[in-house]
Amino acid sequence: MTDTRDRDDVRRPPARAPRILGFVALKLGGGALSLLLVVVLGFFLFRVLPGDPARTMTRSAPVSAEQLAALRHRFGLDQPLYVQFRDFLGNLVRGELGTSYTYNRPVAELIGERIGPTVLLVGTATVLAVLLGLWMGTRAAWRHGGSADRWFTSVGLTLWSVPTFWLGLLLLMAFGVGVGPMPGLFPVAGMSSPDVPPGVLPRVLDVGHHLVLPCVTLVAVIHAQFMMVMRSSLLEEMGEEYLTTARAKGLREDLVRRRHAVPNALLPTVTLIFLHLGLVVSGAITVETVFSWPGLGLLTYEALRVPDLPLLQGTFIVLAGSVIVMNVLAELLYRVLDPRVRAS
Amino acid sequence: MGVRSAGVRPSFPRAAATVVIAGLLLPVVLAPGALSANERGDGSGQEGEATLRVGIQQEFDSLNPFLGFSRAATEVFRLIYPTLTTYSSEDFSVVPELATDWESSRDKLTWTFHIREGVKWSDGEPVTAHDVAYTFDRMMTDSAAATANGNYVDNFAEVSAPDDGRVVIRTETPQATMRSLAVPIVPEHVWSEVDDVAGFANRRMPIVGSGPFEVTDYRPQQSLTLEANEDFWRGAPTVDRLRFVNFENSDAAVQALRKGEIDVARKLTPAQFDALKGAENIERVKGKGRRFYELVLNPGAANSAGDPIGTGHPALRDVRVRKALDRAIDRSELVDRVLGGHGTVGAGYLPPIFRKYHWSPPDDERRSFSLEAADRALDEAGYPRGPDGIRRGPSGRPLDFEFVLHGDSSTDALVGKFVKEWLSGIGVEVSLQPVSDNQVNQRTTAGDFDMVISGWSVNPDPDYVLRLQTCGARPNPGGGGLPDSFLCDERYDELYARQLAEFDRDARVELVKRAQGRFHEMATGLILFYPNALEAYRSDRFAGFERQPAERGVITAQQGYWGYYRAEPTERARTAGGGAGYRSAAFVIVGVVLLGALVVFSASAHRRRTAEHRE
Repeated sequence: MTDTRDRDDVRRPPARAPRILGFVALKLGGGALSLLLVVVLGFFLFRVLPGDPARTMTRSAPVSAEQLAALRHRFGLDQPLYVQFRDFLGNLVRGELGTSYTYNRPVAELIGERIGPTVLLVGTATVLAVLLGLWMGTRAAWRHGGSADRWFTSVGLTLWSVPTFWLGLLLLMAFGVGVGPMPGLFPVAGMSSPDVPPGVLPRVLDVGHHLVLPCVTLVAVIHAQFMMVMRSSLLEEMGEEYLTTARAKGLREDLVRRRHAVPNALLPTVTLIFLHLGLVVSGAITVETVFSWPGLGLLTYEALRVPDLPLLQGTFIVLAGSVIVMNVLAELLYRVLDPRVRAS
Repeated sequence: MGVRSAGVRPSFPRAAATVVIAGLLLPVVLAPGALSANERGDGSGQEGEATLRVGIQQEFDSLNPFLGFSRAATEVFRLIYPTLTTYSSEDFSVVPELATDWESSRDKLTWTFHIREGVKWSDGEPVTAHDVAYTFDRMMTDSAAATANGNYVDNFAEVSAPDDGRVVIRTETPQATMRSLAVPIVPEHVWSEVDDVAGFANRRMPIVGSGPFEVTDYRPQQSLTLEANEDFWRGAPTVDRLRFVNFENSDAAVQALRKGEIDVARKLTPAQFDALKGAENIERVKGKGRRFYELVLNPGAANSAGDPIGTGHPALRDVRVRKALDRAIDRSELVDRVLGGHGTVGAGYLPPIFRKYHWSPPDDERRSFSLEAADRALDEAGYPRGPDGIRRGPSGRPLDFEFVLHGDSSTDALVGKFVKEWLSGIGVEVSLQPVSDNQVNQRTTAGDFDMVISGWSVNPDPDYVLRLQTCGARPNPGGGGLPDSFLCDERYDELYARQLAEFDRDARVELVKRAQGRFHEMATGLILFYPNALEAYRSDRFAGFERQPAERGVITAQQGYWGYYRAEPTERARTAGGGAGYRSAAFVIVGVVLLGALVVFSASAHRRRTAEHRE
């Protein structure tokens, strides 16, 4: 930083590039540091959990002391903690996350299997919820106090307060099983049916068919937060003078909203969206449970129940890592979006 | 400032918004990747073929028979791998399977099994005695291979196959359970190439086996598909295909059954079972359970060296206190209120489904429910009530017991509430401690409890659960061992050892009953009830399932493969394949159209409003 200042006196404009680089490096460095902390925390935190891993692995099977010792040796549990940590770090650098106690398979493989379905479900739901939320929030704020505002707000807040599993079960009963004369329109569980004829299109349609209910449940529950943030930040802009100016220029109401008010109101929402995108990976445990969606949220829950330490560590790192990465991205993007951040 | 700049240059946020939306769409673009994880479409669902679809609520921990021991996994192993013997569906008696017959030497230490001829692995290789010897040998020499079934070979000295048709097993001591070795036999020519059993997932499809079915497709957390083995030595199964479908909650499984997406749902709760009464095309099966539900009282836990361990309350070492507590528990009330009547009141250690071994205390030994009698017994035993109404032991320590429960079990929660209520009536304070399953196991092993809920599924051969109550089951100082109630009683151990070495059927039954009598007398584990196994199936698609045992038993999760093997598909199951593929496409299109209509409608509504506004 100091050499930048030295140069300031000579010529101002070229200083910009290093400053951006410095900013990016700072943010990336911060992100990397957080990741490292997550790794350390993940390792030691779960070791505080009560329980002997070797006994966990054997669950209720009768085992001899020798068998237990062999198990401990196989998983490196007979080593002192710092040696275990060293090995863990070494493996992590090589991209290995250890072997799950429950499944006897590499953790990375297990996570790889589950991450696709979760990203598909929560990603789709988030996209829809964001689009819907932004649209509804804009309408609600623009006609503040109007009937659309009242409806959107009350329905959105009601759905937001409803327990997710309950709403999911209701939808499952109504549209999965069918009520009265209406037959069940959608499958009640899983991501695909095994009987689908081969070919890409039928399979995509089949997954889409399975996706509808869990996706609708998620959208119904989470869209309200985007809507409310969008609504309140747009409301703040409503009284601003630049809107009066825009109207005075003779712009249509539509254009005033689209070109002037909404872009300014979008900033807080973008932050929220990115925070939420980080959570996309962690999935939605309740929705995944209700609709038996084979995702990562479920895997985490199972790992915690056992507790399956390597699997827990692995999922913890992936989940926390995605939140951190998205946060760093949000901060970087914020700079692009908001000139005020750039100027400061 | 910022406001104006944004107002003047609207292109910036617009571009940013595009980036954001593009980022958001990324998951959608990635979606095909997620789909490709399920490459293997098995092209099933052809006309004329019947698929039996079973809803399960547990994931397969491993498809490797040396490692997997979740109930879901062992059920699959029974369907795809041969065992030497199996249990009949009639009454759990031992019947030939891969072994046609067997004999033991005079000293009962050497057993010879004759292997059935002409049985083939699914890849065409013959099944021989060498495969059997290889399987046992691997378990004895490779500790990883002993993970799931190691206890069966603990007492083995040597296993050999003198020729293709004979397996000779020598044991260290006589063992009455030799006729029921439930170990899945694996093909040597496949497994001898596996160096690291612990790291082998056994997921190369189809899995080479020799049972009535063959695993052809596995989608983790979704489904496992098995095709009928046309060459099965007993004859091909009546269904063409068997599929286990994963459900994460039992309500969804029940709804799927109602809708006809699956054919069998099991592990139903009493409420779900009752709600299915009268449902169209659904037949309910109320099977007697193999499980006992036990309340363990810590009688003074000790490890195998005899050193006391844990935090057990001293008053519970007094058998009079344990018996008094037993009298304060109303078992029939528990069956009615907790199980909704779907269970049997507890008596002896082994559930009544095993008619031969089941024992009930005779009238003069029965401890029937009576709070007055329990109260009196504690008075007489010298535990007077203190000023606060709580009884005190000889040392002055109040009778306040820690009751450890499985935190996610609603049954445990209810039982805990009832027991606490009853015991408070006789001056005993109980604090309920719901913890994770894992914690329950660990605290039990460490002896860190006063009261704890336990329970076991009993095998047709009772040796395994009987052993849990011996001194030998106490934990080693270095870990290991599997205690249940920490009963370590000379007379019980003697009866246990005698039954294990007794080869006369009736004499052994008698010894097993006497052991149960002794267990009851010591009152370290109170058998509260035997829950029923509740199942239901689609009667429009399947006409009948073979139950085990006959008439009162279950149709799934049997000790054998009978239920699935002999399931009878109806005409409907053969014509209407489970596939709803193209119908689903239609629904997606309908959905899209509806969504489009909604958008158009709201847009037009909006336009109308703006129009009004202008006027």
